[in-house]
Parts: sequence; structure tokens; C-alpha cells
Amino acid sequence: MSLWEIDIYPADGQVDRAGEELTTDAIDLGLDDSIQVAAVHGYLLEGDIEAADANRLADKLLADSVVERTVVAQIGDPSLQQSPTEGALLVYVINKPGVMDPVAMSAQKGIQDLGVAVDQVRTFRKYWVSGVDQDSVNRLAEKVLANDAIEQVVHGPLQLSALALGNAYEFELKTVEIRSLSDDELEVLSKQGQLYLTLVEMQTIQKRFQQLEREPTDIELESIAQTWSEHCSHKTLAGRIAYKDGETERHFENMLKETVFAATVKIREELGEDDWCVSVFKDNAGIVTFDDDFNVAFKVETHNHPSALEPYGGANTGIGGVIRDTLGTGMGAKPICNTDIFCFANPEVDHDELPPGVLHPRRVMKGVVSGVRDYGNRMGIPTVNGAIYFDDRYLGNPLVYAGNVGLIPKEKSFKEAHAGEWAVVIGGHTGRDGIHGATFSSAELTSDSEMLSGGAVQIGNAITEKMVMDVLLEARDRNLYTCVTDCGAGGLSSAIGEMGEEIGVEVYLDKAPLKYDGLSYTEIWISEAQERMVFSVPDENWQEFKTLCESEGVDATIVGKFVDHGRLVLKYHDHVVGDLTMEFLHDGRPPIIRDAHYEIPEVLQIDLEGKASSLESDLESILSSLNVASKEWVVRQYDHEVQAGSVVKPMVGVENDGPGDAAVVKPVLGSSKGITVSCGMNPRYGDFDTYHMAASAIDEAIRNSVAVGADPSKIAVLDNFCWGYTDRPETLGSLVRAALACYDVAVDLKTPFISGKDSLNNEFSYQNEAGEKVTISIPPTLLISAIGQVEDVSTCTTMDAKEAGNVLYQVGVTRRELGGSHWTLIRDLEGGAVPRVCTDNCNAVFPAVHQAIKSGWVRACHDLSEGGLAVAAAEMAFAGGLGVTIDLSEVPTDQSYSGDTENIVKLFAESNTRFLVEVTPENCEAFEQVTAGATVARIGTVNANDQLIINNGGTNLLTTAIGQLKEAWQSPLRW
Amino acid sequence: MTTPKVLVLRAPGTNCDHETKYAFELAGGQAERIHINRVLENPSVVQQYQIMCIPGGFSYGDDVAAGRIFANQMRSHLADVLHEFKSSDKLILGICNGFQVLIKSGLLLEDDSNGDPPATLCWNNHGLYEDRWVHLQNASDKCVFLRGVDRMYLPIAHAEGRFVMRDDTVADQLQASQQLALKYVNAAGEPASGFPENPNGAQRNVAGVCDDSGRVFGLMPHPERFLEGTQHPRWTREGLQAEGDGLAVFRNAVEYFA
Repeated sequence: MSLWEIDIYPADGQVDRAGEELTTDAIDLGLDDSIQVAAVHGYLLEGDIEAADANRLADKLLADSVVERTVVAQIGDPSLQQSPTEGALLVYVINKPGVMDPVAMSAQKGIQDLGVAVDQVRTFRKYWVSGVDQDSVNRLAEKVLANDAIEQVVHGPLQLSALALGNAYEFELKTVEIRSLSDDELEVLSKQGQLYLTLVEMQTIQKRFQQLEREPTDIELESIAQTWSEHCSHKTLAGRIAYKDGETERHFENMLKETVFAATVKIREELGEDDWCVSVFKDNAGIVTFDDDFNVAFKVETHNHPSALEPYGGANTGIGGVIRDTLGTGMGAKPICNTDIFCFANPEVDHDELPPGVLHPRRVMKGVVSGVRDYGNRMGIPTVNGAIYFDDRYLGNPLVYAGNVGLIPKEKSFKEAHAGEWAVVIGGHTGRDGIHGATFSSAELTSDSEMLSGGAVQIGNAITEKMVMDVLLEARDRNLYTCVTDCGAGGLSSAIGEMGEEIGVEVYLDKAPLKYDGLSYTEIWISEAQERMVFSVPDENWQEFKTLCESEGVDATIVGKFVDHGRLVLKYHDHVVGDLTMEFLHDGRPPIIRDAHYEIPEVLQIDLEGKASSLESDLESILSSLNVASKEWVVRQYDHEVQAGSVVKPMVGVENDGPGDAAVVKPVLGSSKGITVSCGMNPRYGDFDTYHMAASAIDEAIRNSVAVGADPSKIAVLDNFCWGYTDRPETLGSLVRAALACYDVAVDLKTPFISGKDSLNNEFSYQNEAGEKVTISIPPTLLISAIGQVEDVSTCTTMDAKEAGNVLYQVGVTRRELGGSHWTLIRDLEGGAVPRVCTDNCNAVFPAVHQAIKSGWVRACHDLSEGGLAVAAAEMAFAGGLGVTIDLSEVPTDQSYSGDTENIVKLFAESNTRFLVEVTPENCEAFEQVTAGATVARIGTVNANDQLIINNGGTNLLTTAIGQLKEAWQSPLRW
Repeated sequence: MTTPKVLVLRAPGTNCDHETKYAFELAGGQAERIHINRVLENPSVVQQYQIMCIPGGFSYGDDVAAGRIFANQMRSHLADVLHEFKSSDKLILGICNGFQVLIKSGLLLEDDSNGDPPATLCWNNHGLYEDRWVHLQNASDKCVFLRGVDRMYLPIAHAEGRFVMRDDTVADQLQASQQLALKYVNAAGEPASGFPENPNGAQRNVAGVCDDSGRVFGLMPHPERFLEGTQHPRWTREGLQAEGDGLAVFRNAVEYFA
């Protein structure tokens, strides 16, 4: 047995890109600028391998002889410690044992193809750092080179004797003493066992086992904790809430059911025969009708806590998880596009200002973007829509929303497992990955979360999931199974537990294929190892199902059987290790009862007189503010065109670099019917009133879709609530108030919610230097995602100005609504009225704009959002490479304004339900007719002069070259 | 005209196989998606086809290097049957990841006398994956797939697309034999001058390469992503083209057997 190390360096004359980037990062970190980092990557190979074979593998498989050179030697050999530069210090970074290493798995396959027997392969990274002392290298390793959540750092040469993982597992049935515990002891058990259950819940479990006259086994307690976790049961929002604000008082038995979900029920009733919802709030994703053959499914998930600890892995498995959600909807939907929305703190923050345990926001952002990129791109699913929102309250608790749309044959939209069928798991093997992810995601993050819950962090392997997807869709079309769901939070325990909820199931835990030895039966049951799906397969189809999977290299294993006894029976070989009734597991949780208060704040208008002297620099500052600035650096890293359905891309305009309002995708090759995907979110409004924040987010998501051509009468939306610690009545109150707005606006617009998810307790706490506990709570953050439909995509339009001589209209009314606006942000002003939604206005504006677009009278359409009319006009101009002239005196408002107030309100107010629309002169009459029921006015023209010109009557307020505005917009995030 | 049969060869991680099959069908071919495992079980299956296409994607995750594991399978297990295919007046096309596979398998450019490949596709200069539309110029009279094509506007979407040749001798020789078939140019058709016109830093602005016969062709851009007007990034301002620039590549392949 030998252990070989193969180091791969750039060949002479090739640039060490990774090393250069790390050198820059090191200097950013504040290390001496004489620092130089040289980056090496490599492989460790264990087995009976001859030197000639090791060299052949390096030469023919692992390195590229055109651009790389190698050093090949057995571990410990001095040649491996030969620094390419004088006096450099050596650092290795290697995955902690058990962390997913997809490259090693593929390398192992390649080595086998070359006929070499190898037992174990691992990858590593290696750095030569020169120009600084060991202390600096230590700091570099900790902050930049490695992430302690998943990797270990070795200074100096590697000293390893073997790579193999795991030890043989010796079965021992564990019971947990609960019947005799005091309340205090129950709470200790909940916390120390990482169950994260409340005292009332622990008491309920205690009582149950007192009745059963036995103690629970560890796996029983874990199963209950997983099923009752906030993540799996949404117990707070689906619980009893007594809500009170200054205007109303409401008692909810099930808050979500009586607000968001109730809106959908009401809309469906009103639609009657024309109801186009198919499956809402019950499956992994919501489903609506699409065309004669297909429905579409849509789901958005969050993966916040894992992304805080390990941004790459957290985001990577976040997107992997939501793709499995649509794959596991009905009998399986084919994923057709992704949408990703992130919230970060300012990426320019100084390293020294970071609290302990927090990764730098720039590193978080780069990691998250890379994680989404690598998973989405590898899956072959275009990422077509997204947003990035910056606020310093996301410092210790970034938000990562990942969404996926799937296409599903109409007749495959429902599923049902039956007694007698096999429970089958396919895809990835089970390891210790992500133990306690479901319960962990329901806990608050602290500066020691990393140590406590590092096991909850995982790395995905997209190709395993792609292989699962390929066989799943084939097996679906051959009708080989009756039910499917994904293994997400809670792993097999949630997936099998839910699938068998109405029947009963027995599970053979010893059958699950493992990554390595040593897992206990409980670890197998709750592991959140990625890329696994669970099926219910009738016995007569099992052979064909298994053969199909194996033909594409996918493992399929029977791990249980659905049995008509209403129980969850867990076996490990011949031992029954758990036996619970489904009824207790799924319905035994005591209801959570909470108080929720909200104080509706007073509106304090800002005195605007004397504040209009810097309109040009205000506009440039808003364009440069991080929320508005171009995200092209991110967008281009995502494949947004795979599957060949792209109709309106994320970046549009004469140079393909303007900000599109929504994506349009044509999911069926050869058909002209499309879907739109868009989103709305505005946490700054929530600081004023979460009701109007929620209403505005819905309006924004809808108007973005309408702006490209979606039919407003068939737009469905999803809710994703990310909030702070909802045990506090005022925090929960702000959420309930947002949910009330969701009901009101959805019902009035007949825009149903079809799916949603919440993530609570998004707070980060740490001890400051004085030893005091400091808590940073995220702002209330509601993401609304919209999916719209377009009958014929050739009627779609984009936001870039098209042709000089065309007329510009504003559709919709501007009000004095500057509260939470980007103008107040860059002017650092407090107060103002937050934008509201007038649903009557929406019902006039949206259909009119749609009718005009559909009729072909609109050359460009851009929604007015952050930065108001000024930003919309600037973006429309520079995206089209044309000048735009606006006369503010023509802008329609709710009442008459004058002086500075008029100019600031008309330029920068963020009132909802407004569009800037370009129309050719010959179509103006038709356009004005069709929009007659909405407020509409001619406010300007498109010109050939490359300038944005803002006048008010005869007074010129602003004249700026569009190139200058574009630069202001592009430069901040041009990384 | 005879309808050629097209083998769209997929591996774990291939993800442009459906639209590539569709492209060949739109061009008049009869295409099938076949998993590499079926070919490994029975290599002679490829003999039923006139055209073989390795589509885009991330075969085996691009692990180790883009296309390497797939190429290694072809070198280790399918060398004979593929060389026979190549020498019997049939066509082979590699798109994006397929180009990476063809280059690394030695099927497109044969290994030199040391047994080393003369060229490779490696990491983009800026070190990132990039999705972007590029202007392309046909630079070869030899390449079957580019017959009648002068310019094309197509998207690239890759991380490892920088074409690098072992030395100038190799480069001059490939240039002289018109094998550097497709080049990045600017919007005016002049040679690309750096990023983003040449999106990855490829030597001599090379976007696509053919073998000496012109019947084996690999390219980084995705012709299957521009078959119809609405796929163009600026169709809402420039109007709908009757057909996309990429369709010609597939039609040329099908018409070769007319």
C-alpha cells in the first residue's frame, strides 16, 4: 500500500490565476503587500500503485500537459516540499473527513478506466506563501484559504498514513430517559440533544411515553424533533396567534391558512370553472396550468443558516434542494429554470469591523454566487432571474433564496403511495452530512454555531443529482412508480415519514447505502446527505426501475415498505429501534400559541424644499447604490440559455447589458408559449410598515412580469418570509401584518399564492469586547416570486429604448411616497410615507399595459421601482444607447405639487404600479385608447443625442451623458 | 435525399442533449440521444449512425478538467470504433463540452509523436464561467459544418474554453491546413482584440477547430441555442430573424449525406 501525492502547477509561461486572486484577497485582508501566494492543486492516491502508474495518471488524466506541470511523489518525499519561490511557507488545505469530494469521486472513475487499481482518492489545495511571517500566513489561512466548517489547514508537509474513513459500527440500542425528568431537565435535553423543541413539546413527548410505559429510543426522539421542527412543520406561522395592532385585533387558529392560503381558496372559488390552479400548498411546489399538455410547478426555498457558515456549500445545496422539490412534485416535474435572490451586508466593510464568527460579506457573496453557479450550470438548468439586496443587518445572517420552475405533464400532477409498495431511495449515499440540519435551521445563529453545528454544513454533487433527474423523468414516463418526494431537511426521516403519513411504513435502516462505515441507525435516519430521492415502487415494477437506474449508474435500493398499519416502524437488521404511530408523529404536536403585536407607525413627511439642488449627483448615487447597480458580474456566471428556451434574457439592450425586468422562457421546444419569472422585495419599506412592504413586493413582482408581456390575469405568486426571532410579539406582529397584506392584495388582484416557505429566527448574536451579548436581527424580508404566462412570446418586449423619435408615457400615478426610497437612502434622510398599493389602480393599469404590449404598440416598457422615474428613464436610455428627454410637468400625480417637492417626488418617489413605456408615434392613438382607463400621460421622447435630459416645463433640471450614468451604474459591482 | 441518423452521445452531466437532438431534427436529420454506457456495453452500436455529436454540458461534472473523464473513457474503451467511424466518411461534431471531449480524446487532433495532445481547452483567462454572445468568422474552406457560412452570432457558456496550442509550430501548421476553422471577431468582422470579443483568451482567437478532413469539428459556441429568432438577445429591438445563425451548422451536417 502506498500513498502518492500529485501536485499540479501551472506550466512555465502560464498564469497562476488562483494565486494572483488570493494575493489580492490577502492584501484586502490587510496583510503586507509584499505577500505572494502561489496556488497548487492536487490529488492523494492510496493503493498498490507503482511509480510508473502514478506518473502515467498524473500525465494522462489528472494534469493537462499543455498548460500544467506536475510533481509526483509518495507522501513525505522532499520533492513535494520544494518551494517554487525562495523562502515560501507551505500550507495545505484538505477537506475534513467525510466532506463531499466530487472531483475525487470522478478521478477515481477515470483511474479505473485507465486500468489502475486505486483504493482511495482525495483532492487538496496547497499554497506557497512568501513575503510575510507565519502569523500572517495563519491569518490568511483562517480568513481566506480555508473554511473551518469543512476544511482543515495543515502548515508544512502533509503527514498522513491512510485516507480510508470510518470504523465498523457496533449496534447498540439507545434509549433516552425522559419520563422522570423535571421541566428544567427537559429543556436541557432539548438543547443538548440539538432537538430545539419547546418545553411544552418536550412535556407532550414525556407524557406520551409515560402512557406507553417505556422510555423513547434515541431515534424516536429524533424523528419527533425532525417532524416537529419549525423547518418541517412551520409551527409558528401555522399556529395559534393572537394579533393586535392599532386598528384591528385577530385571533388565528392557523395564521397562514387564514391569510395567504385563504386568499387562494377565495380566488379559486371566484374563478369557478376558470380556476387555473392545480395543486397549491400541499406538494413540494405549487402547480398551475400551462398549455394543453403541461402544467408548471414553482417553488422557492431558503438556505440561510448553512450559507452563513459555508457560503459555497450552503448555496450549492440550497439550489440542489429546491431543484429536488420540483423533481419531487406530483410524479416529477422537469426543471426548466432557476431564480436566485440573495441578501448580504455591504461587501466593502472593513475586516476589523466584523464581529467574531462572521465571514466577510464579500467572501459570503462570492461563495454564494459560486455555489449557485456551479450547481445550476451543472444541472443544465438556466438561471434566468434574480436579485441581490444589501443591508448591513444581513451581516451575520445572509439570506439565500433559491427557486426552480418545473414543467410537468398534466396527468402527472398528483401522486399517492399505496400499502404494499416498496420505499426506494436512489442517488447519493448516506453519510454524516448535515446531521441536524432541520433542527439547526430553526435555531438562532451565534458566534459558536460553527463549532456546534458544523455537521449541518454540506457540499453538493450536482452531477449525482443530474443523473437522478435523468432516470427519474424516464421512470416517470414509463409509469414505474406511484409516488416520489425528495430527501431534504430531516433526510429519510422526513421523506419516508411524510410519504407514509396516511398509510404506515416500516424502514430497514441497515439497507441504506453508506458512504463509509460507522454510522449508527439514527445517523442513517436523519442524515441530510444530498442528492437522494425517495420513491414508492410497486413490486411488479421494481426490477425494471432498478435496471433503469443502474443503466445510467444510479444506485437504487429498497429501504422500506409501506404497510397499512398507521405506524412508523424503524428496523436495524432484526432489531426494532423505533415504533411510533403516524398520528402522534404528525398530529401530536401541541399547538404553538403566540402573541403578536404591531404598532402602526405615524407618517412623518420629509420637508423637501431646498433639497433639489443636487439632482444629477443624487441620480448617479442611486444608480451606484448596491441594490440598483448592475449585477452583470453575477449574471454572466450563470448559464441563462441552456435548454434553448431563452426569450428575454436577464441582460437586454443594444449592448446586452441593460437590466431586464423579468425573464421570459419558452419551455417546450417548437412551441411559442412562454412563462415569465420575476420577483419583488423591499426590506427598507418594512422599517416603515410591513403591510405596505408586502403589498409593494407583490406589486413589484407582478409589474415586472407585466412589463415583459405576461398576462396579469394569470400570474401566480410565492411567498418566502425571512424574519427575526418570532417569539418576540412585535417581531411576529410585523410578520402577521405582512401576511394580512398578502391576503388583501392577492384577493383584490386575483393573483393566487401557490406555494411558500418561511425561515424564522434569522438573527446573529455574539459577545462584544465588553462581554455583552449583541444581537443583529435581519430586517423583515418578504420575497414575492411571480410566474406569469405569455401566449405568444413574439409579442414580448424589453426595457431598452428602441428608436429616436418615439414617445414616452408614464402609466400610473406618482404620489409623495419617499419613505424607504433609495433617494432617502443616499441622502441619509429619515421619514417619508412608504409606498402603498391601490388595488383598484392595479386593476386598471396592469390589464391596460398588457393589452398594449400584446397588441404590439409598445416598443419598450420598464417598471418604476428603486430610484423611481429618474432611474427608470436613465436605465431605459443607457440600455438602448439612446437619449431620453422627460418633462416633469407632464408626470401624473395624485395631487398638485410645486417647487423642489414637485421635482423630487416626480423623479424619485417609489410609488407602485407605474411603468415607463415607449410607443412609436403612429401607435400613440391606439395606445392612449387602450390605456384610457388607467392614469397615463405623455412625459417625454426618445432622442438620438445620448443624453438624459430632465426638464420641468421650460426649466432644465438635469442633462447628463448616458455613458456617465451607465458607468455609475456598472462600476460598483464590476468585480 | 437520405435522412442521416444522428447519434447524440450523452454522459452523466451532459445537459444540452435535448436541444441538440431538436436542432438536428429541425435540419432534417433523425436523431437519438444515447447514453455512453450503452455504447460501452456495445461499441458497434455507433456503426448505425452517420453523424455523431457530443453535446454541451458538464460530463462527469467537469471534474479533474472539462471533458477529461469522458475523453478518457473514449481513449480507454472506444478508440477503435471511433477511429473507424471517423475514417468512414462520417461526421463528428463536438459542441462546448463536446469540443472539450473531442480535443482531450485525441479524436479531433491526433496526439503528437510523444503521445501528447497538440492543443487543449483550459480555463478562461478571467477564471470564471461566462455566458455571452460572440461574433464569429468562418476561417476555413475545409470544414463541412461551416459550408456557406461567413459570419455567425452565437452564445458561449463555459469556464474552460481557452484554446491553447503546444507551440507556434503546431499553431502555424493548424492555421496553414485551415483547421483553425472558427474565430472570434468583433461586430465589424475584424479580428477580436481581447475580452470580451474573445471571451476566454483563446490563442489566435480560435473558437472552433476541425480535423484535417474537415469532417470532425469542435466549437465552444452553442449553435443549438440560436435556431429561431426569439433566441437572439436583441430580437425585441432588431426584429425576428427568419432562422437563427446556428441552424446552418446542423443543416450542413445533414446535407452532407444528401
